[in-house]
Amino acid sequence: MNAPVTPPRPVALGQSHVSAGNALELRGITKMFGALAAISDVTLSVRPGERRAVLGSNGAGKTTLFNCITGDFLPTAGLIRFFGEDVTLFPPHERIRRGLRRTYQISSLFAGLSVIDNVYLACRGVSRNRFSLIRPRRDDALVHAAETLVEAVHLTAEKDRLVGELAYGQQRQLEIALALSGAPRFILFDEPAAGLSPTERRDLVSILTTLPSHIGYIIIEHDMDVALRVVESVTMMHNGRIFKEGRPEEIEDDPEVQELYLGGGHE
Amino acid sequence: MAMTDQAPRFVNRADQKLWFERIPAPWWALAVVLLFLPVVANNFWLFQVMGWTFILGMIGLSLMFLAGYGGMVSLLQMSIAGMAGYMVAILGNSGTVTVSLGLAWWIVLPAAFLIAALFATISGALAVRTEGIYTIMITLAIAAAFFYFTRQNYTIFNGYSGFNLVLPPQLFGVNWRDPVPFYYLSLALAALSYGAVVYVSRSPFGLALQGVRDNPRRMAALGFNVTAHRVAAYALASVFASAGGILLVWQNAQIAPGTIGMSAAIDVLVVAVVGGMRRPLGPFIGAFIYVILQVFSPDILGFFGFSADRFKLIIGLGFLAIVLFSPDGVLGLWDRWRARRRQQQDQKTGGGVA
Repeated sequence: MNAPVTPPRPVALGQSHVSAGNALELRGITKMFGALAAISDVTLSVRPGERRAVLGSNGAGKTTLFNCITGDFLPTAGLIRFFGEDVTLFPPHERIRRGLRRTYQISSLFAGLSVIDNVYLACRGVSRNRFSLIRPRRDDALVHAAETLVEAVHLTAEKDRLVGELAYGQQRQLEIALALSGAPRFILFDEPAAGLSPTERRDLVSILTTLPSHIGYIIIEHDMDVALRVVESVTMMHNGRIFKEGRPEEIEDDPEVQELYLGGGHE
Repeated sequence: MAMTDQAPRFVNRADQKLWFERIPAPWWALAVVLLFLPVVANNFWLFQVMGWTFILGMIGLSLMFLAGYGGMVSLLQMSIAGMAGYMVAILGNSGTVTVSLGLAWWIVLPAAFLIAALFATISGALAVRTEGIYTIMITLAIAAAFFYFTRQNYTIFNGYSGFNLVLPPQLFGVNWRDPVPFYYLSLALAALSYGAVVYVSRSPFGLALQGVRDNPRRMAALGFNVTAHRVAAYALASVFASAGGILLVWQNAQIAPGTIGMSAAIDVLVVAVVGGMRRPLGPFIGAFIYVILQVFSPDILGFFGFSADRFKLIIGLGFLAIVLFSPDGVLGLWDRWRARRRQQQDQKTGGGVA
């Protein structure tokens, strides 16, 4: 009954049906953990600058999908292209240097370093001289870039504090600053609103909607008020598969989606 | 710090001072004491106690750099120091003329540092793919292998007897093994090593290393090659260990497998843990405590009728107490004591954080 909206998948992966114009192109991504398929046969393409939500219940495979895209896991099968380049087998840092960024569902920061040092590291990671033994000068461009980012996520007053001492919501904001460092071309946000207060959620929406328009992203989010306000397209996942794609308003009104995800009705 | 004082509205007066004004008074006092110590101290204190403290402190510092900033506990640092020491004996002059090549000091010293760095890099490359206790196991295994190799290999390492009469070069007409010159030489190298670690800790590489310690997976997700940073840390730490190792050979005028044995490898860990591994000063404090105990415990033990061999018992008990009550060493105790005192003062005066 619910025919997948995904287009038929070209079998020969070597042939270039891929339009080089896509920011991110996944074809037939499958990730097995032993006999369990966390995600199976996920095919997805996102244009540069496009903002998309990936929705689905817990265990639908959303975070696994992110881990495959960033290279934390290698997919069992399938192909990943990032701005036309096949990055399927690239280590994470090589993908990051090409403009991919992500945030983590559980804040993944450097607790023993200050706020500004966390952001500085993020800026340094995608620039040259990562191994430099020379301290940055006061007028260092990356130091300024880090400060601008700290200000963008409203943390200037906390910049010299150790990250381990920050409040939860502030750590979430810092997560976003790290993802915005360097020259991001595409960002994966993994439940950025989780655990935030209503005010912090409003801040988050304003940060997301004011991102430069050339930066596309995929957002995993359970809070529909956040997710559907910051994206132009939605992909629904269930049991490791994509089962519906559409615009936010279509998805919101879809009875199947409401049955499966928004309302109760779990089988 | 160079990068934490940027935004104009947060610049306070402390940041506008010149660099030497920012060094707190206790440091100046320590510098004066160390510089003028030869005026009051006898040769035994200068050569044995302080010389050994600086040497052990530098080897401990190389472990502190790896463990405190990089999160990698290596039992290999004494072997790296020993490798540099052995190279000085093998490439330069020693009493064992059949093995020693007798090259000039300006070839021997760079070569010793290079070969020790190579040894550290290769061993590091093996060790960094493991975490926690497995890093300790692998580095211990390499240290043990190197120890047995030096003891059984006679063509290069001259086996059980090692090398004696290994003397420092007579540069500028000074006999660097005389107590006062040796004291200043080891003080200068220890101060340089300390300064280098403090400086590098705020450099991009040093910050990245601390990032790797806190969260290696996220570092990779920020574009860093985590493995390469860890291996590079081993290479850099080898410089401090090598300097300590070369001084050690000159101080003892000899090197033998016993110098780099298992108990020596563990002593380095004890020194770093007792002093505190969070800051570069820790290993030097730990080394001073260790040397004082080692040097004076026979007298104290003898006074109470124990054998002088029981010195290791005192060290061991001290180590246990530190690990139990202050996992971040003597420096950690000091930090907590100061924090509590400040808190009490704040309560008395009714003031907040000044």
